Amino acid sequence: MSDASIPRAMRQPFSLKLASNAFLLVWLLLAAFPLVWVLLMSFKSPVDAFSSNAWEVISGPRTLADGAGISIVDIVLFVVFAWGAIKAATVWLMPMATAEGTLQKIFNWAVIALGFGVLAVIGLFFLLPVVAAPIEGLLGPLGQPIFGLTTQHYAAVWVENAFYENFRNSMVVTIGVVTVSLTVGTLAGYGLARSGSTFAFWILIIALIFRALPHSVLVAGYLPVFINSAELLSPILGENAPTLYGQPLAVIAVLVSINQPFTIWMLRSFFQNIPVDLDESARVDGCTHFQAFRWVIMPVMWPGVITTGLFSFLLAYNDFLVTSLLLDASNQTMVPAIAGYFNRETTTTDQVEAVAAAVSITAPLFLLVMIFQRQIVSGLTAGAVKG
Amino acid sequence: MVPEFRANSGETFSALHSYARFLTGPTDIGVKLRDSPGFPMQRSRNTSGTEASVKFKTFAMFVGPSVFLMLLFIAFPLVTVLVNSFQVTQPIFTTQEVETCTPGFLQQTCVTEVKTIPVLDDDGNTVTRTEWVGFRSYANVLGGERAIAALSGLDFGALLQIDFWKALRFTLTFTLITLPLVLIVGLAIAVVVNNASRAVKGPVIFVSLLPFIITPVIGALSIRWLFYGDGIVTVWLEALWNTDLSVAANGWAIEFLMMFYRVWHVAPFAFVIFYAGLQTVNQDTLESAVIDGASRWERLRYVVIPHLMPLIVFITLIHLMDAYRAFEEVIGFSSESHRITLQYLTYDYLTPDDAGNRAVSSASASAMLTMIGVVILLAAPLRRTWRDHRGG
Repeated sequence: MSDASIPRAMRQPFSLKLASNAFLLVWLLLAAFPLVWVLLMSFKSPVDAFSSNAWEVISGPRTLADGAGISIVDIVLFVVFAWGAIKAATVWLMPMATAEGTLQKIFNWAVIALGFGVLAVIGLFFLLPVVAAPIEGLLGPLGQPIFGLTTQHYAAVWVENAFYENFRNSMVVTIGVVTVSLTVGTLAGYGLARSGSTFAFWILIIALIFRALPHSVLVAGYLPVFINSAELLSPILGENAPTLYGQPLAVIAVLVSINQPFTIWMLRSFFQNIPVDLDESARVDGCTHFQAFRWVIMPVMWPGVITTGLFSFLLAYNDFLVTSLLLDASNQTMVPAIAGYFNRETTTTDQVEAVAAAVSITAPLFLLVMIFQRQIVSGLTAGAVKG
Repeated sequence: MVPEFRANSGETFSALHSYARFLTGPTDIGVKLRDSPGFPMQRSRNTSGTEASVKFKTFAMFVGPSVFLMLLFIAFPLVTVLVNSFQVTQPIFTTQEVETCTPGFLQQTCVTEVKTIPVLDDDGNTVTRTEWVGFRSYANVLGGERAIAALSGLDFGALLQIDFWKALRFTLTFTLITLPLVLIVGLAIAVVVNNASRAVKGPVIFVSLLPFIITPVIGALSIRWLFYGDGIVTVWLEALWNTDLSVAANGWAIEFLMMFYRVWHVAPFAFVIFYAGLQTVNQDTLESAVIDGASRWERLRYVVIPHLMPLIVFITLIHLMDAYRAFEEVIGFSSESHRITLQYLTYDYLTPDDAGNRAVSSASASAMLTMIGVVILLAAPLRRTWRDHRGG
């Protein structure tokens, strides 16, 4: 909104602008502070992390005294490394990911992101310390550690407490939910968007009611059936009847179904933005309904599918209730696993480990918002529903 | 108009540009929601007639898998819950006379006692019996005679000692207090961001999305760590008021934190939607309002807010649904001894107790009672939608 285009009467006095920007600043602080603070805490030794002096939490004197700290040289090197990594990612890697076809593109993205992640971890944890040591020796006071910072809690969480198993379980459930719910959902969303029948109307209304149901109501229905499923299914499946309780596949099916009402509403609204004329011209050229859907509509639907996929991802990744009740301890996902840290009688070390685990769970979401901010905003405003 | 936001939502659909001649207009929900309150079902009927509308068999093929999943995993469990709420499954016990004898001098010492033991079948599993109990589980959940005594004596303090009423009281207060706060804070942020210079809008939206996108349990935890024990904000508040605060032991403080968390978590959602809506406010109307001498506040009150009304209704509906089933707050703030929600009540019955038993019947009864609330909540908007559908 450039100033010239605004009529004189609508220009704002200085005081109003000041108040408006001050409010914005307060909101940004409020939104970011808890997250930033938790991030800081996760890198300090317990005494510093729960210190009542804010500066001690930031600088970490106790952590420093324990011999874990970073110097100015480290900070400078880290900034240079991070800047280089971002440049490398945007200048060299982004063009490499371009390819014909969406699936090919997604595949390229996945491979490049994975390779980049591995390289970044190697560079950060193995290359940087080797480079930093001689420089610190040369520079004297600049090379002395000044800020306390330790990664021991992350090591404890991921290596000793085997958080990677929870991570793997989370990934299995999340990827399963996103794939299945998009496959089933796009078909239904397309059908519903192209049908004006009363039947379609009722499906949408019932889906809306289902969306409002508390998840615990549904889990109360699954739990007895899932625990006894071997008995219940044995007349049909014989000896091979599985106990569904504790099965990631069963949880995927449950989360997909819980998510279906939202998915079909959102995809339907995206499909409605694609004009019917497109289907008609494909049909005139001799396509069946399914061919028109697959080869004409789907290629232009990818943005909508990606947006809906993001929200399915969030639902599955963030879920606590369903996964904590339907999975047992041996294949627990990350979010219920963290409840174990703060529920048992804890030492402060356990608590900082819980903080580190919390940051570990949040980091992928942070990246997600960074990459897909646009899609998330368009998803929020395009759908008549929210996940 | 702010071109930036347009560009954003437009670029999402960049794949559509080659089909630009088909595009009916900008992909702008602010307009779409306003034009068709309720559910815009008319569109395909109007544009295409019968030829393009999918025939029923094809329609069933497309919709089938989704409907099947929803029937199997949503509709069927509801039936099971309904049935389970009227019956109780318990192991069968029998009483047996057991004679235990210990060898003694000349004569054995024998003790005969009556024991209650579970009946086992041939495989060694406990035999269970399921019996119909009518509304007994409901009576248990509602508090039975204690509730009747409290109600007849008009003793609300005693009534709120019972878990169900405690949960109901908290859930309703929570929902009704957070609703206006979410709307006001969301609208305020949207107006202020709309007012800010273009360069900061992207980063501001990024930071604002973080509280919304974060895992609810983790979001609640990150606020809990600021307050519980000697949390940093508690220390600041103690220094400010020169008192001694113990947040984790005070029910009202926890209640306030839970509401604060919910507003923090949902306001960004309201903000993004209001912000999109603000881009479609008619500038001519605003300018004529200025010429008529309307103040800033009057323009907001009489031009902008009426324009955003459909969005306010939409956010209200979504927020009522979501706040009514609040649950993660209880886990994140470990508030179960002070404040519980209706959904937590069912969850609590479902988690195994120390003996490993799950109170499925009580859980089903409390789930059905929770459902009644959902039905009341949705009755009015659904009736209006049905009327719109029949009329339009």
